[in-house]
Amino acid sequence: MNAMPESAASLCADSLSVSLGSTRALDDVSVAFEPGWTAIVGPNGAGKSTLLRALAGLQAPQLGGVRLNGRAVRDWPDRERASRVAWLGQQAETTGELTVREVVQLGRLPHHGLFGAATARDESIVDAAMHDAECSAWQARRLNELSGGERQRVLIARALAVDAAVLLLDEPTTHLDPPHQIALVQLLRRRAAAGVTVVSVLHDLALALLAERVVVLQKGRLCAVGGSDDPALHRTLVDVFGGAIRIERVGLRWVPVANLEGRA
Amino acid sequence: MHTLDRRRRLRLAVQLGAWSLVLLTAGLAAGSEGWSMHALWETLQRGDATLIVGQIRAPRTVGAWLAGALLGLSGAVAQGLFRNPLADPYLLGSASGASLAVVLVLAASSLGGHGIALATAGVVARLGLVGAAFAGALLGVSLTLVLARGAEQTTRLLLAGVVVGVLLAAASDLVTSAAPDALRGKQVFMLGSTGFLSWGACAVLAGGLAIAMPPAWRLARALDALTLGEDAARSLGLSLPRLRAALVGALALAIGVAVSQTGLIAFVGLVSPHLVRRFAPAPHGYTLLASAATGGTLLLAADVLARSLIAPQEVPVGVLTALLGGAYLLWLLHRRRAA
Repeated sequence: MNAMPESAASLCADSLSVSLGSTRALDDVSVAFEPGWTAIVGPNGAGKSTLLRALAGLQAPQLGGVRLNGRAVRDWPDRERASRVAWLGQQAETTGELTVREVVQLGRLPHHGLFGAATARDESIVDAAMHDAECSAWQARRLNELSGGERQRVLIARALAVDAAVLLLDEPTTHLDPPHQIALVQLLRRRAAAGVTVVSVLHDLALALLAERVVVLQKGRLCAVGGSDDPALHRTLVDVFGGAIRIERVGLRWVPVANLEGRA
Repeated sequence: MHTLDRRRRLRLAVQLGAWSLVLLTAGLAAGSEGWSMHALWETLQRGDATLIVGQIRAPRTVGAWLAGALLGLSGAVAQGLFRNPLADPYLLGSASGASLAVVLVLAASSLGGHGIALATAGVVARLGLVGAAFAGALLGVSLTLVLARGAEQTTRLLLAGVVVGVLLAAASDLVTSAAPDALRGKQVFMLGSTGFLSWGACAVLAGGLAIAMPPAWRLARALDALTLGEDAARSLGLSLPRLRAALVGALALAIGVAVSQTGLIAFVGLVSPHLVRRFAPAPHGYTLLASAATGGTLLLAADVLARSLIAPQEVPVGVLTALLGGAYLLWLLHRRRAA
């Protein structure tokens, strides 16, 4: 079972400004996301999570807006928006007694609603999502019995189960060990290749540079957008991280290297 | 569903059914001379069964189960809604609103007795204790909703509930200091009692359960989604303000009806969902139903005990539920610490 969206989607932030209390979290950010994998990076407090929440329609902007397939995201009926845009937050605090499978099944809520019953198709998409996130083996266990990494894989499966055309993931590699981080990167690439618009906030630059495109934020402003092999993007990255890193080529890839001398 | 889970849930359902039946029988048998099947048999033989069993013990027994079920349901809804296993269904101002209303009625009647004419006293007294408690509970919750500016934010809702609780409790203390005669009645209400339940009360309680249960149960999946956090639930297309409003409505109705018939019975609403989660962890669809059945069973058990422990005297049932509930939570705390 290959769970892929029926149609591709585009997501576009137009002059987006968001204030959280007295802090300007996003300042006039305009960026478009097309099918493929884009990573959002930047120092702590750059507004990465706020941008992702605004893209998901969870954070109302003070100025500007977000368009999903050309239509303002706030104008979409809740369920229709939710079936097209899946969102996984950072540091999800979970409560309750649900099993892994019951949690992943919640991903189908936008499709069958609160009062509808799950169909065989829903169940096979749930199976595929658990398989992709490698959590099928413990589907009968409860979320509160799992380790941090195991729980993160379940929550990723929950986001995958929405089977949405847009997949927004905030720090999806949190708690994951290196093999599962690599597995997640491969999964995101597969989804992107199949036409999903994947946008992930990543603090790990090595992983972010594996994406097709990288968006760099600093202090709420957009600093650069470019391919992960773009030298101009690399220069911006070195700048926004205060010279603490260098970007070097290793084989076919670009990787960040700690620049201890430069920092000193 | 996993086989072990299914077996646990089925076992709890069967046990709750069996215990309810046993306790219903015990409730019919528990009288002023204590608890005895022999005495029940004799009463039935004597012919005054219609009065003693049919009009006193049976409605009290059935009513205790129904009131407990409303409390258990409210507890499960409150804990799911606030994502907090220690949320008490009385949190939203229902308890303080109901007790203030009851104190007002009592004070009005005692002031009336002293010949002091108060324009409002007659109206309040006519409304009756039951109606006043119900209206007070709903007004308490409404006040909380007004202060919280709707049901949009859980934290604001909780804080507003605490504020309303404190303010209305102060107001009711003020009334009792002006009219000390109302104190005793207030105490009976605060302790809770199943002693005044008639068939009419049972009909009201059953009606409350029939109205509050279906919407709560239909929204159970929203409570499941809330376990992943409010943003995750919204990202799944749920409109949280509307859902909260519906659930708070069902909660206020269930609590208002229960409180109006039995007074403030402690801990049943808090403990029932805990017991269900302990013996048969499940999604909210099951937890809501099982918490209602557990609440009914618990309150009925407490009622039978209250009638039998020091017969022909009665222990106030609210004191028993508080003691048993408190002991259970202490045990839970001890177990957690040990773990």
